[in-house]
Amino acid sequence: MPHLLLPYLLADAAGPEDPASRFIRLLTVFLLAMWVGFEVIMKVPQRLHTPLTSGSNAISGITVVGAIVVAGALSSSFGTLLGLLAVVLAMINVAGGFMVTHRMLAMFSPKKK
Amino acid sequence: MLSLSSQAWINLAYLAASMLFIMAFKLMTSPRTAVRGNYLGATGMAIAIIAACFEKPVLESMTANGTWPLILLGIAAVIGAAIGTTMAVKYPMTGMPQMVALLNGFGGAASTLVAGAELFNMTVAASSADKVLAAHAATNLVPWTQFAIATALTGLIGAVTFWGSLVAFAKLEELPAFKKAWTHPSRHMINLGLAITTVVLIWAVCSYPDQTLLYWLLVIVGSCLGCTLTMPIGGADMPVVICLLNSYSGLAAAAAGFVIDNSLLVIAGSLVGASGLILTAIMCKAMNRSLVGVLFGGLGTCASTTTDDSIYAGKIKSVSAEEVAMVLEGASRVVIVPGYGMAVAQAQHAVRELASALEKRGTTVEYAIHPVAGRMPGHMNVLLAEADIPYEKLREMDDINPTFPETDVAIVIGANDVVNPAARIDPKCPIAGMPILDVDKARTVIVIKRSLSPGFAGIPNPLFAADNTLMYFADGKKAILDITASLEKG
Repeated sequence: MPHLLLPYLLADAAGPEDPASRFIRLLTVFLLAMWVGFEVIMKVPQRLHTPLTSGSNAISGITVVGAIVVAGALSSSFGTLLGLLAVVLAMINVAGGFMVTHRMLAMFSPKKK
Repeated sequence: MLSLSSQAWINLAYLAASMLFIMAFKLMTSPRTAVRGNYLGATGMAIAIIAACFEKPVLESMTANGTWPLILLGIAAVIGAAIGTTMAVKYPMTGMPQMVALLNGFGGAASTLVAGAELFNMTVAASSADKVLAAHAATNLVPWTQFAIATALTGLIGAVTFWGSLVAFAKLEELPAFKKAWTHPSRHMINLGLAITTVVLIWAVCSYPDQTLLYWLLVIVGSCLGCTLTMPIGGADMPVVICLLNSYSGLAAAAAGFVIDNSLLVIAGSLVGASGLILTAIMCKAMNRSLVGVLFGGLGTCASTTTDDSIYAGKIKSVSAEEVAMVLEGASRVVIVPGYGMAVAQAQHAVRELASALEKRGTTVEYAIHPVAGRMPGHMNVLLAEADIPYEKLREMDDINPTFPETDVAIVIGANDVVNPAARIDPKCPIAGMPILDVDKARTVIVIKRSLSPGFAGIPNPLFAADNTLMYFADGKKAILDITASLEKG
């Protein structure tokens, strides 16, 4: 059914994305994610604020994904060095963050007595 | 039959990770599901990390360099994970606020390094022999495109986050050099100077993206700014700063996502950014101070001329453990109000035993938790949970305030400003208008403190001089243990 493929063919014909479109696309994602974040996190009760701070701290280690891509590309020695250092730091953030949150939450789980 | 390109699979994995992150936050809304939420978050992170290894730049570099890239990445990841896990497991739970601050800073630093590396790689690629690569790099290095702007912002925010977090760590750890808030009046000029330099450098990086030195200058200035913005903030305002820095590290990650065109970074970074901002707003509202006031204000002094003596003289009733135990014997409802002092004295386990002793006699025991008690949001909750105190007994301020008139005894341990009635009465006090716990409305108030020294706000507390207040001057932990012993004896 070629007519259904037409939009994709046209998009390919238009060439790679221009910077302005890329910015707007990422901006869309950013704003939507911020909104979802606000809506969901507003409902976290006060007693869970510390695990929330710790858990969101762990997730901010998502930079490790960017570091992996930049370092793994091995484009230049300096770039790779920085990227690998970023991987180490971000992994500390990730591993430490989830572990601390886990320890905190373990104290909140319903106890035997 | 649709066959997905490998990039599509990667994006699908990123999508799954995003959904898991959102779900993780959602599950954090209830103690029963929060543990599962953490597992989901970790799973999402694992999926994202694995997917990242299959991204085009990595795969291409593997065809050129064999498994070398994966080996390097693996070593770096394992080192990082080992350090992080050791830190998290070895550090005592009571040091958890500073641990979170430190970990947060590392994430910010990573974002700055990622943007810096990408910028450098882009400049190298722009002069590469490969025409396609060079052309693509050149479009990114055009002045004032989103690549340049995002790179500048990532570098700045990441640097501020890292150094701000280090200072926060030092303050929470109560390292001698950082304990006091740096309130020298020159700090405003210094901050202004740094801010202007920052703006100039951002302009410079955006105008000359291929001059990578400018980026690193921006990072250095941002680092200074991170220090100077955090140094003036005193201990009890730390909860606000921790939340703000948490938000910055998320925003730095999101900005890095703009730099390398990765929507997962943008999504996860935004979730974290939003989380931090909400908590910051809640903290500020709870202290009835504006964010600007916390960051730049420092604390004023009471314009009224009350001195400690005029408030306290002749009205302080000091008691012993036995007398406290006698008061508690007849009590059918007791509310315990913990503060930062309880954390310092490590008295939470002793408090638990006192509560058990009271409950054995049929007394109802509850805990009143003020939103900014302690050094981090929920600090008291975590300490009391560590002592095995059931979380249903921890009541929020708005919840428990109406019950104070029916409370026989309120035990204040290590808390000061959060129970200071001056906030209600005196409009010129540093804590004016701050919602407080109405312990003065209880029938009897027992305040456990080492001395009459003021809390963080530096003002006297009329509660101590009230008719229905008894002061027990002792170390928090010893005091509670002695009271419990007296109670069980008699």
